[in-house]
Amino acid sequence: MIPDIIMHNLPAFLIAVPMFAAFATPLIGRLGNERVRDAWVLLAMALTAAVAVLLAAQVYSAGTLVYTFGGASPGIPVPADSGGIPVRIIFTIDAMSAFMALIAGIVGFSVTAYSMASQSRSSGRESYYMLLLLLTVGVLGMVCTGDLFNFFVFLEISSLAGAALVASRVDRGVAVEAGLKYAVLSTLGGLLVLFAVALLYGQYGSLNMALIAHQMQFTVLDMVALVLLVTALAMKCGAVPMHFWTPDAYSMAPAPVTAFLVVASQASLYGLFRVVFTLYNVTLNYSLVGWFIIIIGVLSMVVGVTMALPQKDVMRLMAYHAVSQTGYMLLGVGVGLAVLGDETLMSTFGLTAMEGGIFHIINHAMYKGLLFLTAGAVFYRTGTRNLNQMGGLGHNMKWTMVFFIIGALAIAGIPPFNGFASKLMIYESVFLFNPFLSIIAMVVSILTLASFVKVFHSVFMGPQLPEYQDVKEVPAYMLIGMGILALVVIVFGLFPQVVVDGLVAPAASALVDQSSYIASVLGGI
Amino acid sequence: MNMSRIVRTVADISFPFILIYGFYIVVHGHLTPGGGFQGGAVIATGIVLLVAAHGHEAVARQITGNLLKNAETFGLLLFIITALIAILLGQGFFTNWLANTGMLFGTPVAFGPGPGDLNTAGVIPIMNIAVGIEVLGALSIILYYMLSGAQEAR
Repeated sequence: MIPDIIMHNLPAFLIAVPMFAAFATPLIGRLGNERVRDAWVLLAMALTAAVAVLLAAQVYSAGTLVYTFGGASPGIPVPADSGGIPVRIIFTIDAMSAFMALIAGIVGFSVTAYSMASQSRSSGRESYYMLLLLLTVGVLGMVCTGDLFNFFVFLEISSLAGAALVASRVDRGVAVEAGLKYAVLSTLGGLLVLFAVALLYGQYGSLNMALIAHQMQFTVLDMVALVLLVTALAMKCGAVPMHFWTPDAYSMAPAPVTAFLVVASQASLYGLFRVVFTLYNVTLNYSLVGWFIIIIGVLSMVVGVTMALPQKDVMRLMAYHAVSQTGYMLLGVGVGLAVLGDETLMSTFGLTAMEGGIFHIINHAMYKGLLFLTAGAVFYRTGTRNLNQMGGLGHNMKWTMVFFIIGALAIAGIPPFNGFASKLMIYESVFLFNPFLSIIAMVVSILTLASFVKVFHSVFMGPQLPEYQDVKEVPAYMLIGMGILALVVIVFGLFPQVVVDGLVAPAASALVDQSSYIASVLGGI
Repeated sequence: MNMSRIVRTVADISFPFILIYGFYIVVHGHLTPGGGFQGGAVIATGIVLLVAAHGHEAVARQITGNLLKNAETFGLLLFIITALIAILLGQGFFTNWLANTGMLFGTPVAFGPGPGDLNTAGVIPIMNIAVGIEVLGALSIILYYMLSGAQEAR
């Protein structure tokens, strides 16, 4: 059905399709009219999402996929004449990577569809779409790469594209400030990663993650590298106490960009997990590092939600909730790491906690993306993000209201939406580990619900306000973008077991199983 | 608003040399230090020199912003298409499909020390040239925007 040449080169196309589309977008924008360019961008994103789906299907059925760039036969990671060292840049795509690529594909497509309408009133859209595609390239590259320096390169691509997109509303000085803040902090994070990569390269003479993991000695320098990597990636994923850039960047960026920045942050979260589980794993003191991740997770949950409660800017409020929800993922996976060395504890609750945390990643990307898009829809029609100036919009924007309800109930963990499924897994498994942590997680969830009830009430409820008498529902493109995400939220909420067994459990076990990751590259050493 | 005649004349005379030097660094990227980025940056400095000597408006009439933007796009597309052709030939993404084929840049490298042959290394020089074109466009357009701001302030 699909030609072999595509099926054999899926990892390359995952990067090549959005990159080629990004490079050609300015040219098409200058030559053709707007419709042609919009169709081109939408087609490119749809193709990228399709490649991500095909790739995930391949990885989930046939196991870890290895792709070497610049090799005559890309499937062979170690060239015969290299002395057993994988010298080339390599993509190592296991179930966890494919899982993340799937998230980026789905959110990327719905965000692009949404942008078709939401950005139609702004200028410089060629650059906007080009940067959006490049951000996709960066995120997809980060989650797929098996090479440390390559990871840094894609991190920088996503950071630069993200910073430019945050600042894309240049008419507002605050947006430029937020963009600059994001750029400076991303560069700082990038430099920390680069320094850590240099430390590892200096010791092991290789940049390949599998080879470094195989030879890991855990010397003092490796510890320094671990600290640098964890700090930088925790900052990039917006964990407390390094979360201060998220409210600015998330609230000032256009809503579709924010929805995708959530995925970009999760790619950094993936990087953090990859470093801890794949690069270091057996050399680590599990409970020490696990507890560290648990503590920043709990801090993120509590600080994020308490900062969200008093906010009046709807985007800023949601940005703090994004910080808070990241805490759940860190908590779940952190608990898994803390008991990784113990077989019985791992099988009783450790793996479930990790599955809960990883399931929460995809759930969060969907409902938080949906919520940001609804906030963007309200902003598109009313021109304000201030909760005190809104009201009664439920009369005119019925679909947006429905989508908001779906997103808000999902983030608060109310059945039958997807947030409930993953949070329940986290509560139950973390309770066995430490009941106190589980109680904190539940309290945070209640506060989240309280905060979103407030938003719902002040935006959509109440009598129709005179200034919003003529407000209409948003254009179809925006509804399609929100609809895709809402559909995923509902389907995942109705059939959580199918998703956990089919998508999440393989990803969690791929993350835990360091030796098979190494073997897939180095070949059973 | 122009510089003095001396500055303008020297800039005009040295511009072709800067261009040639920049292109030399780009094309010899696989043999000598430097490469696409460095050479492209050298060429961009030549354009900055012209802007400094003649003022932004006079230069922008000859070298328009759109020309530079097109150069940028062309460089990027050349780069990615070169990489994609490898897939069409049944090899991996970014494979060097021109090296040692006897075609353009396809001469096999002679064994042992030597002065270096320009016509070697396959797609590497092509990608250097692509990066060179991209960088000269991108850096010049950045400097154009910054210098046009300086013009307005005056």
